[in-house]
Amino acid sequence: MRFRHLKFALGVVGVLAFAGAPAVHADEQFFPLQSYRVGPYAAGGTGFFGGFIDYLNLINIRDGGVNGVKLTWDEGETQYEVERGVEVYERLKNRLGVAAWNPLSVGIAYAMIDRITKDKVPLITVNHGRTDSTDGRVFPYVFPLLLNPYSETSGIVNYIASREGGVDRLKDKKIVVLYHGSPYGKETIPIYKLLADKYHFSVEQIEVPHPGNEQQSQWLSIRRAKPDYVVLRGWGVMNPVALKTAQKVGFPADHIIGNVWSNSEEDVIPAGDAAKGYIAITTQASGAEYPVLQEVIKTVYGAGKGNLDDKKRIGSVYHNLGIVNGILNVEAIRIAQAKFGERTLTGDEVRWGFEHLQLNPARVEALGAKGLFHSINVTWDNHEGDGRVTFQQWDGAKWKVVSDWIAPDRASLRPIIEKSAAAYAREHGITPRTSGDDPVSQ
Amino acid sequence: MDATSNPRQTLPVIDRILIGIGAVITFGVIPLAGSDYLMDAVLTPFLALALAAAGLNVLTGYAGQVSLGSAAFLAVGAYAAYNLHLRLPELPLLLDLVLAGLVAAAIGIVFGLPSLRLRGFYLAVSTLAAQFFVQWALTKFGWFSNDNPSGVIDAPALTIAGYSFTSAAGRYLFSLAVVTVATILTLLLLQSQTGRNFIAVRDHEIAAKVIGVPLLRTKLLAFGVSSFLIGVAGVLWAFAYLRTVEPAGFNLDRSFQILFIIIIGGLASLRGAFLGAAFIVVFPLILSRLGAALLGGVFDSGVLEMSQRIVIGALIIAFLIAEPRGLIALWDRFRAASAAWTGLRKTFPATDTSRS
Repeated sequence: MRFRHLKFALGVVGVLAFAGAPAVHADEQFFPLQSYRVGPYAAGGTGFFGGFIDYLNLINIRDGGVNGVKLTWDEGETQYEVERGVEVYERLKNRLGVAAWNPLSVGIAYAMIDRITKDKVPLITVNHGRTDSTDGRVFPYVFPLLLNPYSETSGIVNYIASREGGVDRLKDKKIVVLYHGSPYGKETIPIYKLLADKYHFSVEQIEVPHPGNEQQSQWLSIRRAKPDYVVLRGWGVMNPVALKTAQKVGFPADHIIGNVWSNSEEDVIPAGDAAKGYIAITTQASGAEYPVLQEVIKTVYGAGKGNLDDKKRIGSVYHNLGIVNGILNVEAIRIAQAKFGERTLTGDEVRWGFEHLQLNPARVEALGAKGLFHSINVTWDNHEGDGRVTFQQWDGAKWKVVSDWIAPDRASLRPIIEKSAAAYAREHGITPRTSGDDPVSQ
Repeated sequence: MDATSNPRQTLPVIDRILIGIGAVITFGVIPLAGSDYLMDAVLTPFLALALAAAGLNVLTGYAGQVSLGSAAFLAVGAYAAYNLHLRLPELPLLLDLVLAGLVAAAIGIVFGLPSLRLRGFYLAVSTLAAQFFVQWALTKFGWFSNDNPSGVIDAPALTIAGYSFTSAAGRYLFSLAVVTVATILTLLLLQSQTGRNFIAVRDHEIAAKVIGVPLLRTKLLAFGVSSFLIGVAGVLWAFAYLRTVEPAGFNLDRSFQILFIIIIGGLASLRGAFLGAAFIVVFPLILSRLGAALLGGVFDSGVLEMSQRIVIGALIIAFLIAEPRGLIALWDRFRAASAAWTGLRKTFPATDTSRS
């Protein structure tokens, strides 16, 4: 009976031969995009990948690429599902000049770690990802840029402490973490426990099953628990539902602190009044007043090549994160080109670029992004790069920044990360690197 | 061939030759000449889901018990194999595979108990319990995922007798071998007295009881065999295809997907499970590639994805109107017609007449 499915297979081969023949040009750098524009997380996907593509377009149109090397990309729809992400990975991995992968999904990123390490191509998980991949000695190709989940947690707890008047005032406070039922949501469970022990507050962590459009029972538990603060570690449709349900059970919005994936316009606008006063952490400001955004509007949208259908979303939180992610990827290529030459780079050369991605506030200003994000300082063993965070409050119409750029308490997190990375290295038989100049041996 | 049509029918010579050629191509030509993409992203998931669908077909198509818990048994298989490998590293992988199937079978039999009292929609709803319970248990108890904070497990490399199947071709061949052996064994079982008991229970439970078919044993056996096959498919899905597993990957959507595979492919037919899996797994990929190649410059991937769903939905409706008994009946009709036209065969059974 085998021959029947064989016929199908032959059909597939035929189609692949037809569809999988990209035009080959000299000097191109390719970005495979595992995007999601449909499904429950489409708001995040369209904003982020829209911003990313807009920035790549800006570099192509304004500068003719990075030092003459054109940037190209191709999208595969994943719907935030792991197996679709893996399929797109297998589909696009053999294209020429793959620069880096940016899946924007912890589940897909986890599935890719072994694969990209074998293929020697960087995997960028800006503001999310597997926390211990911060340790570049064990994870040479994985970059949770700007803010890993533990740093985010530390930032949120420090912010709550500052509202209460210092970390010693956290004692006997109660915090509920409402998290998304996915690998992304669960990533911070141990660190909240740890910080609760350290600062003597009590923490209760409640899961909301994916996608999270029904939260009545969770919020009734929260009402029973009477916490001082609720940390919303949501994603997609879960966030506006949480805010609306909080209003229903009478929990004040200004005591709900959103994490970095619960901080967008798409999270608060559908919640209407219920979102007024809600506070969220962010690594990049919203708004379109920054020079780089103005250039995107003029050059890219002016030429009719803008990626967002709804121009009102230009400068929204997810769109700006996509722009920042574009800046980080492009600058890593530029830095690597300075060492290896102005040509199409291999994935391993781009990895070197990311490991030297140091953008101080002056360089960020030169890129037209002053105020959009603070700075980054990636090294071979610190793949997060010491990003800064700020807090913003929703006033019913837009986000207002309510804090300075704060650095999370990374020194106390590093030992936990190193311990976890060392355990991973043991399980997988990896010898940690001892210097960034080593060729990566896997 | 369908066990229902003519169990002891000997295969015509031409079919034997075609099967031989098929075996040479699937085991020889594809691993040597196929691309990594074809094997890793198309054929391996196809094989895993086809086996799962074959398992569900034993239960639903042959024995007539509706189940919505398939994804739960996939998860049980995957997590059982992972834990066996982790906690008893001395066991060979193939034994892990069989034991994982047996664990899934045991869970399947437990959740099959309501079938003694419930039928049809009521049984379907009660198997939902398996779906929700298993997912809850895997999320709730960190032991199952070795206390990994995100609940994601990394599947170990496939290694048998010192040989490691790390390449795409290796993983494909491993899956193909497992699926082939499992399918042949299932076919033999379905052609035996047990298989006829399954059909008797499906067609008329009281009549079956009267002629001496042990209802309790037969129904539980159907649940056991079905869950065993689905559990093994779960191991392939986790170890050979994704190589990472999280409980949310085995949600109700996956159960429905497997149910749709057998409805579209054809109930009570192992070939139908393969055809249905091809339609549900492979066809969307082809459509997606075609759409991206032809219209990728015009529309973004979201629009293309939506249009593919519309096309697939319309095709499903068209197929089921043309042939409610699934793709396999359509295929048999086509073969009968072409055989009559070429005059190669005179009495190919055009339809499966034993279904009630």
